[in-house]
Amino acid sequence: MSDWLSPEEWTAVRLSLKVALTAMAASVVPGIAVALLLERGRFWGRQALDVLVHLPLVLPPVVVGYALLLGFGRRGPIGAFLADHLGIVLSFRWTGAALACAVMGFPLLVRAVRLSIEAVDRKLEDAAGTLGAHPVWVFLVVTLPLILPGILAGMVLSFAKAMGEFGATITFVSNIPGETQTIPSAIYTLTQVPGGEGGALRLTLVSVAISVGALWVSEWMARRVRRRLLAR
Amino acid sequence: MSLDVDIRHRQGAFTLQACFRSEGRLTALFGQSGSGKTTLVNTIGGLVRPSEGRIVVNGRVLVDTRVGTFVPKHRRRVGYVFQEGRLFPHLNVRQNLLFGRWFTPRAERRASFDGIVGLLGIGHLLTRQPSTLSGGEKQRVAIGRALLTDPQLLLMDEPLASLDEARKAEIYPYIERLRDEGDVPIVLVSHSVSEIARLATSIVVLSDGRVKASGPAADILTHASLFPHAERLEVGALIDTHVLRHEDVYDLTTLQAKAGILTVPRLDLPVGAPLRVRLRARDIMLSLKAPEGLSALNVLPGTIFGIDAPDGAGVDVAVDCAGDRLVARLTRKSVEGLGLAPGLPVHAVIKSIAFDPEVLVQAPRNGG
Repeated sequence: MSDWLSPEEWTAVRLSLKVALTAMAASVVPGIAVALLLERGRFWGRQALDVLVHLPLVLPPVVVGYALLLGFGRRGPIGAFLADHLGIVLSFRWTGAALACAVMGFPLLVRAVRLSIEAVDRKLEDAAGTLGAHPVWVFLVVTLPLILPGILAGMVLSFAKAMGEFGATITFVSNIPGETQTIPSAIYTLTQVPGGEGGALRLTLVSVAISVGALWVSEWMARRVRRRLLAR
Repeated sequence: MSLDVDIRHRQGAFTLQACFRSEGRLTALFGQSGSGKTTLVNTIGGLVRPSEGRIVVNGRVLVDTRVGTFVPKHRRRVGYVFQEGRLFPHLNVRQNLLFGRWFTPRAERRASFDGIVGLLGIGHLLTRQPSTLSGGEKQRVAIGRALLTDPQLLLMDEPLASLDEARKAEIYPYIERLRDEGDVPIVLVSHSVSEIARLATSIVVLSDGRVKASGPAADILTHASLFPHAERLEVGALIDTHVLRHEDVYDLTTLQAKAGILTVPRLDLPVGAPLRVRLRARDIMLSLKAPEGLSALNVLPGTIFGIDAPDGAGVDVAVDCAGDRLVARLTRKSVEGLGLAPGLPVHAVIKSIAFDPEVLVQAPRNGG
């Protein structure tokens, strides 16, 4: 099994999983917070936040990658601050690839969570309030369990987007084997060299398997949650 | 228990202006849809912030806009049973019941879980999910959930409106037990006269956002003009009686009221049991002389003390029978023909068959 893929291909698969899981994990909490703000919040600039969150969905990925390079590169305002004060360098590192993937998947996560928040019966939250629950508790023990299926769906979308992200990643952190070369970048490289078709095909199959697996896991979890909400 | 409400609230074109005080064990807020009764309980429960005014429960100020007091709903200690139950779908019945208890300060947890579960007859449902319960079961769980927070006041917003008559009949006894055995005063929203006649000790009548009348149930229910036309047939006097004896040969029971003796179809109650009887105005006739050769068994002598303003063909005539006040709904023609006037002695005639089970209800323990 281990010689089915070359060591370089294994490295790309492992890196892709690491980048995608990190991107997904890092965007869950901000994603829920932004979805709540957009769905429930009434503040100046809500519309602007909405547009900002959705930009990666409509912009060419290369543009997003270049914007990240401008902002988070060594000489970019945010990148320079992070490097000088916290010692965090994102450009040309796998963490930068995770950031690019998180940004690209963020609108998908936020949309899924938003839809589930919209579907929550606010009367249940009122009822919880009359039973003595502080608004924070109402969110934790009523709202959050009720939107769990939407959060799971959003996480899977974010993960799948990260597994497939190419344009923003390669623009922001380039294509360095072992550091920033994820499955899509590796496939791209393999198709550019003579005799690389075999490797490209193998990585394509791995990519399909991981995506199908992620979808299956999310369906299974969503079914379990739904069964708990409905009749047992 | 005392509830003082004096609020004004604007909601679009609708203005609710309510001022009343109630000390009853079960205060009914009566009104047709759109009269503002749900908005009113929502201000008491803290779901709506009134534009201005004051709400005081048992001396505790919940709202006073003049000094900027507004206790948020989670600190009001006011239980709320909603029309649709609003059970949490992701929790089972036991978890739903214990939800509010978790947020109740430990020192104030007095309600016994087993006691309330027993009172409401929901012990066999504890492990079920809300989606598998019938409408009546859901409402009983919702009542239990509110009671287990040890509330200082229990609000019920038409808790039975979505249920059919059989399910309602299943829940009435539980509400009566809460009223008589519990120590939590209740505010019940309703648009059914027969319901408030059965349950209420005090009544507040709302119409178009205004309080039309408020007072003890027995007083309010004698004034048909306070109620919408469709409900007037149900209006009548409430009198307290107790079971005097049973006439098993005829399947009848005799009740003792201040006004005299009432004979009703056989009741399954012990001698001496208190019973509240609603004498619907439409079931009573008046006669100038003691009637003879009449099939009706119930004849109560009394004196006319008031005649309401006519309302179409009908007029309500109030009769004092030794302290019990009855109301008879007669045609204007009869009132003029008999020359009825305040002070005139008359005999009120009630058919025994008028006493269907709906008008014979458990008397509130502490009176109206």
